[in-house]
Amino acid sequence: MISSVLVANRGEIARRVFRTARRMGIATVAVYSEADADAPHVREADQAVLIGPASARESYLVGEKIIAAALQTGAEAIHPGYGFLSENAAFAEAVMGAGLIWIGPPPAAIKAMGLKDAAKSLMQKANVPVTPGYLGDDQSLEQLQAVTKDIGYPVLIKAVAGGGGKGMRRVDRPEDFAAALASCQREAAASFGDPKVLIETYVSRPRHIEVQIFGDSHGNVVHLFERDCSLQRRHQKVIEEAPAPGMSAAAREAVTQAAIKAAKAVNYIGAGTVEFIADASAGLAPDRIWFMEMNTRLQVEHPVTEAVTGVDLVEWQFRVASGEPLPLTQDEIQLNGHAVEARLYAENPAAGFLPSIGVLEHYVLPGGVRVDTGVEAGSEVSPFYDPMIAKLIAHAPTREGASDQLAQACAEVEIWPVKTNAGFLARCLDHPEFIAAEIDTGFIERHLDALASTPAPSDEALAVAAAAALAEGDDDAAGPWKGLTGFRMNAAPQTSVRLFLDGRPVDAPLPEGDIEADILMTEDGEVVVFEGGETYVLATRPPLRDLDDMAGDAQVRSPMPGKVVAVAVSVGDAVVRGQPLLTLEAMKMEHALTAPFDGEVEALNVSVGDQVSEGVTLARLKASS
Amino acid sequence: MPILKSVIDTNGEAFQANDQVNRALAAQLRERVAAAALGGPEESRKRHEARGKLLPRQRVMRLLDAGSPFLEVGALTAHGLYDGEAPGAGVITGIGRVSGREVMIVANDATVKGGAYFPLTVKKHLRAQEVAMQNRLPCIYLVDSGGANLPHQAEVFPDRDHFGRIFFNQARMSGDGIAQIACVMGSCTAGGAYVPAMSDETVIVRGAGEESQGTIFLGGPPLVKAATGEVISATELGGADTHGRRSGVVDHVAVDDEHALQIVRSIVANLNTRKPDQVVLAQPREPLFDPEELYGIVPTDVRAPYDVREVIARIVDGSEFDEFKALYGTTLVTGFARIWGQPVAILANNGVLFSESALKGAHFIELACKRGIPLVFLQNISGFMVGGKYEAGGIAKDGAKLVTAVASAEVPKFTVLIGGSFGAGNYGMCGRAYSPRFMWSWPNSRISVMGGEQAASVLATIRRDGVEARGGEWPAAEEEAFKAPIRDRYESEGDPYFATARLWDDGIIDPAQTRDVLGLSISAALNAPIPETRFGIFRM
Repeated sequence: MISSVLVANRGEIARRVFRTARRMGIATVAVYSEADADAPHVREADQAVLIGPASARESYLVGEKIIAAALQTGAEAIHPGYGFLSENAAFAEAVMGAGLIWIGPPPAAIKAMGLKDAAKSLMQKANVPVTPGYLGDDQSLEQLQAVTKDIGYPVLIKAVAGGGGKGMRRVDRPEDFAAALASCQREAAASFGDPKVLIETYVSRPRHIEVQIFGDSHGNVVHLFERDCSLQRRHQKVIEEAPAPGMSAAAREAVTQAAIKAAKAVNYIGAGTVEFIADASAGLAPDRIWFMEMNTRLQVEHPVTEAVTGVDLVEWQFRVASGEPLPLTQDEIQLNGHAVEARLYAENPAAGFLPSIGVLEHYVLPGGVRVDTGVEAGSEVSPFYDPMIAKLIAHAPTREGASDQLAQACAEVEIWPVKTNAGFLARCLDHPEFIAAEIDTGFIERHLDALASTPAPSDEALAVAAAAALAEGDDDAAGPWKGLTGFRMNAAPQTSVRLFLDGRPVDAPLPEGDIEADILMTEDGEVVVFEGGETYVLATRPPLRDLDDMAGDAQVRSPMPGKVVAVAVSVGDAVVRGQPLLTLEAMKMEHALTAPFDGEVEALNVSVGDQVSEGVTLARLKASS
Repeated sequence: MPILKSVIDTNGEAFQANDQVNRALAAQLRERVAAAALGGPEESRKRHEARGKLLPRQRVMRLLDAGSPFLEVGALTAHGLYDGEAPGAGVITGIGRVSGREVMIVANDATVKGGAYFPLTVKKHLRAQEVAMQNRLPCIYLVDSGGANLPHQAEVFPDRDHFGRIFFNQARMSGDGIAQIACVMGSCTAGGAYVPAMSDETVIVRGAGEESQGTIFLGGPPLVKAATGEVISATELGGADTHGRRSGVVDHVAVDDEHALQIVRSIVANLNTRKPDQVVLAQPREPLFDPEELYGIVPTDVRAPYDVREVIARIVDGSEFDEFKALYGTTLVTGFARIWGQPVAILANNGVLFSESALKGAHFIELACKRGIPLVFLQNISGFMVGGKYEAGGIAKDGAKLVTAVASAEVPKFTVLIGGSFGAGNYGMCGRAYSPRFMWSWPNSRISVMGGEQAASVLATIRRDGVEARGGEWPAAEEEAFKAPIRDRYESEGDPYFATARLWDDGIIDPAQTRDVLGLSISAALNAPIPETRFGIFRM
């Protein structure tokens, strides 16, 4: 067994790997960037090595520095976690070349699976089902009609050179094929200068099913059942569960065997995940699940598999990397209950999921579920890395039980002032269609409006805020002016207090009796109330305004902290409403700031390269008269 | 402290009968107050709101701190007067907390005849200023008024306590360090223009439209045109830009009412004043007895006797009362207690005033003044005892001692008219003329120089004496016909609504709220330092 391990990663996964290492008596080494100097993963490791500035390109992605750190600290092995260098075959080779143990699959397997198209043909050869389709040189109608008949309707006809939905046709019946093809070819020729098309089976209700596999250096490959990761937003997984709901024994047999075949085809060693797309329009069928790709690393969502199998996958990684055979045979791996995981992101669903950064002044995560987090109260969510701050995992005998527990847990998340998707997660988990397992990869998009919008706080939550608002400036709490709350002569007392939520007035009912709650108040005297995973900041006074407001909102302010990467206008330029003025980069995303109305640029306060904080006036416009 | 005992039988017939009547009176009071609180006719209110303006009462409430009580002064002023067209006399006045500080708010109600000043509007405005002056409360004027009510100019303009006194008071208060803050939320014309101009700090509302919502000018556009021929719009003449950017008459320009009120709050937050710490406060405690039992205790007939300690037991903290001279001059109950944690010295009538009662009262007031304890008078008095024996015993000079003590006392005084207030008893028990900081009345109270029956009898006796001196005869039926209108007149003029409409008091209060109203009144009064009392000569 290895005696020490360096984790070439940060955040929750570094802590996760350390946890198992500690339990197994393996010494731990952390690496960290300047931005992570105070991070929990650094503190928790036996040793820690600074590997560079905040930018990942200069720290966590620099293999040499990591290998040097391992050599310097005497670490015997390197665990890459996920992301960063975890699927970088060259890095794996370099690690081994330096005489260190690479806790991951052989570089050849990483390479083989790294090229998606090549991987697909490789799998096809290995008899792993891939999405039926045709991409051939023979573009005659007869040929295309013939292959389509084999693929089976419905299909998509797509321009090979296409993109963005252009030159794409869905065809449900053979009699419509010719016309659709002709129009698709015309459009492809017109738009892309190339009429060539490909045919693909059309998956009307796609579900993301993946199989956890594990191989050892003795030629054994087992699967640890499947996960369903259909709840995604822009291809980013949000909620994952194991096993996949509605998975029949036959379908499971088909998909797990396909996964093992896939792994064996590349002589896989270690933890890996084979991802499939399933057409769930008529339930999960053995012949409607197709290989998509293989992830040659430990997945973010591995805890749900751990929960339902009782296996510590990181322990297995250590054992396999140390040359041991897999601890269990396929028959010994049993499925127990159901597990659901939710990914907690520092982002604002109500504002188009804009990333949110800052210090986690208040950070309280629920008990009763597994929590894997890389941060703690007082940590800073920086714009440099992935905005995922925690994973919550519930495990129960039934899917209903697990998702219920997890919904509850998400609803109990208390985070301020960084915004999170906790309320959004709770609403996903509480959605009737999710509860009924009517899920597919379009679920979130379909219900986005309801899921992403923040509901109004309840009267109970408002009463807590009202109580706090009343206690504000409590210099003589005992006197009648404080004691006679809402007193009116010859009339019933006022029963509500006017508070402001995001600048809009809300009537908060006055609490009856004393409210016993730990109330969080901001320095500005606002009350922070947590409910259903949402964080409500209630002010006792309307937002401050200045004279500039009287001219309309002529100020273009930074919606978040970030760096100005482009300035598209100059002072004096005439602009029209919606015209981009500046581009701000934050959290590795660019955000265009546009003109709020037709007018003239009166002032520009920043230039390219400036770092700005939130709410700063970047430019001012004068309305055209 | 000794705890007062209550001997009432809440299931008794008398209690139930009183309860029914007094509850009905309280309900009537609430109805009348609610009606007056609406302000002008619905049509005017709708028009007002359509201009993006908050109704005056909303302005007051939005100005106040969250949950702040509002101690309204003169809620029923002008009740039944001016053909019922001036609810509250077109102005809301009262004390509330703004930025943690007790302030006097004077808010014009433009939905009542454009906020124009009736004679009683002037009186109410001046009363509010008097309260502010006596208790050192910053004044906030939410101005929205066309100025004096021209048909009533003779009762509004020329006299000492008429319109001009408003500005006199502003200057004097400003000089005394009592902040004067004006927020111009509508018209502010002619003399009214001096309200902001005479203020320490001023806000004006520009509003969302083309025309400025707030305007200030000595002469409006029609007058300007008539006087000089200049044609100018109200906005150009006295709008937010004119005064905010050019004249300097205002210091802050607000986008709307809400914004203006926030600016006013900031102004108050910057006053840098503190309530003096001059009395020993205790943790407030509720009375042991339910204040609503007052409905059943107070007799429906003001002449019916009852033990006023039953009232005290429902007003003071923990129903604790340290009685002074309990065995002497028993028709006046005196003692120390606390109301909302604040020390008070209470004088309460328990029958007609005799020499001993008057002497006891004077002594007790001396104690309170020496110790700096606020005085609370619970007034229910038919007068001083009359008759040969009492005149010879010096009831006049003993009564004068009590009146001297009351008049001289510089500690804050608070009077609640809980029953009858007749004759010189009103003086001895700190009637309006004796400048209590606040004077409140119960709905069952009666106030007049004497009772209607006595007045009718006195006048009838004089007349009968005259008729009989001339040898004539006055049949009983004629005498009754003579007495009836006198009784009726006294009855209607002694009605508390008649009194409150004319600002003879600061308002009628629900008996069950007496403790709370007093608690707020006393607390507000303690904003002013308690001066030392110099008593006049007590005739010995």
